Amino acid sequence: MTTNNIAIQAVELTKRFGEFTAVDGISFEVKKGEIFGFLGANGAGKTTAMRMLCGLSMPTSGKAAVAGFDVFKQTEQIKRSIGYMSQKFSLYEDLTVKENIRFYAGIYGKSDAFIKEKTAFLLKELHLEGETNKLVRSLPLGWKQKLAFSVAIFHEPEIVFLDEPTGGVDPVTRREFWNMIYQAAESGITIFVTTHYMDEAEYCNRVSIMVDGRIDALDTPAQLKKTFEVNSMDEVFLKLARKAKRSTD
Amino acid sequence: MKQFVSFVKKEFYHIARDKRTVFILLGMPIMQILIFGFALTNEVKNSQIAIFDQSNDLATHALRSELNASRYFDVVQDVHAYPEIEAAFKKGKIKLAVIFPENFANDLDHFNAAQVQLIADASDPNVANTLTNYATAIILDYQDRITNNRRLPYTIKTEMRMLYNPQLKGAYSFVPGVMAMVLMLVCTLMTAITIVREKELGTMEIMLVSPMQPFKIVVAKAVPYLLLSIVNVTSILLLSVFVLDVPINGSLLLLIFESILFTLTCLAFGLLISTGTDSQQTAMFIALTGMFLPTVMLSGFMFPIENMPLPLRIISNIVPAKWFYYIVKEVMIKGLGIAAVWKETLILTGMLLFLLALSIRKFKIRLA
Repeated sequence: MTTNNIAIQAVELTKRFGEFTAVDGISFEVKKGEIFGFLGANGAGKTTAMRMLCGLSMPTSGKAAVAGFDVFKQTEQIKRSIGYMSQKFSLYEDLTVKENIRFYAGIYGKSDAFIKEKTAFLLKELHLEGETNKLVRSLPLGWKQKLAFSVAIFHEPEIVFLDEPTGGVDPVTRREFWNMIYQAAESGITIFVTTHYMDEAEYCNRVSIMVDGRIDALDTPAQLKKTFEVNSMDEVFLKLARKAKRSTD
Repeated sequence: MKQFVSFVKKEFYHIARDKRTVFILLGMPIMQILIFGFALTNEVKNSQIAIFDQSNDLATHALRSELNASRYFDVVQDVHAYPEIEAAFKKGKIKLAVIFPENFANDLDHFNAAQVQLIADASDPNVANTLTNYATAIILDYQDRITNNRRLPYTIKTEMRMLYNPQLKGAYSFVPGVMAMVLMLVCTLMTAITIVREKELGTMEIMLVSPMQPFKIVVAKAVPYLLLSIVNVTSILLLSVFVLDVPINGSLLLLIFESILFTLTCLAFGLLISTGTDSQQTAMFIALTGMFLPTVMLSGFMFPIENMPLPLRIISNIVPAKWFYYIVKEVMIKGLGIAAVWKETLILTGMLLFLLALSIRKFKIRLA
């Protein structure tokens, strides 16, 4: 059901928990190599939608394909093709840089030779050669975040899901982080990112905004500003989010 | 397989990095065995007693030295009036007072009956009971010896033999108890905590998104604790054989097999706790109240189950430690084989399967 240059496709994707409809028939497409911003207020259904796409949660109805695999039947294949980084920091603080990399590469079943070569390359890229055997705990937050992203794409996934990856990071590091995201996108990895920072929304190729479980807007940041006749993504977001009936949590 | 190995390796890193926990995990069984072996004992030794001898004759002197010579008593005070006895008890100086009335030997010789009074400090009823029993036994023993010369028309003599534990050592019952407690603590508590910690850290999500199957995650988490438990069982057994002189009368292989079975049951319980909780504190609380307390109270290790009221006796049946404690006692102390404990083994296996099935089910539900 997907053509070759589409990484994620959702059609009327819905998730109900009893009476509550967390995700209400969302449809969208994400192209390969695209940076897709997935916005929405807290409680709008972003996380639930993302969990369904990652194969963590079974949709109630609708259709979706991730990397060409069906979210209903082929969750194993999906898991092999994606990377994931969550809003909570996701490296082990009591393990060294090297051990963290080896562990995450290991659970993706990568060969020792691959791990060795790629680790060397990665550490050089991040300027972490001197810290290989240091505990992650001792690294500054910005480095940890960058390392976590590198680990999330270490196994060379087709798509990487980033769930509020830059929470609590200073603006300079955030900028550097986005440079890494651009690099990854250039190498062909599709980026699916949720964020609360509207300046980050501007960095995305296209942005969707969820309100009460539905996608109320989906376009390039420039086009969205034009449509809503405002000057910033901030205002676009506020205009839409104010319509929400659900209480935020 | 490679996934699995990297995971287990990671778990070992976690354990090794946390020196304090390693120390507690490996040191705890040793500490417990030593504490139970040398400090906490309900055997009575060298209890201090007072003697009020109003007769001062050959018989009372003989009894006095018999009491003093036994390993249970030390005569620390001679009193000369009743109020002194009470004063000594109040000071907490003595646990037992022995009072010989006037003309003790005379009564014994001429009336064939003499009286001796034992007054015990019953603020600790068990100790008081034990002490009066020991003292009575010593006095009866003396009486036996002096009556040997004379013929009594009817006498029934009791001959006692303490099977399996001739010296009535407390170690025989607490070694199995400590084993149950330590395994439970290491396995249930640590598994629950380590899985919940991954949830707290957010790393569990990453793992669930990875191609590693949830079942493998769980097994990989359990492997290091299973190995630690085997180390602990070994150190407990070594200590009990070489330091406490508790022999392993039965098959060592069977003992280790049963320990692993119990360990797995505890691991499954820890896993079940972890699927239902989201914070390490809650997990710890549930593990301690749900497993540790019942293990101590209802396994028969501290308090005999036979003496409990019916509801508690029924509840004790669902405590895995009860069965394990029973099995270890039968195998290790009595030297019995699988034929004697197959029923209990089956019950433990059933509990293991039940807990495992339940927790895997819950683990899956969480994912959906």
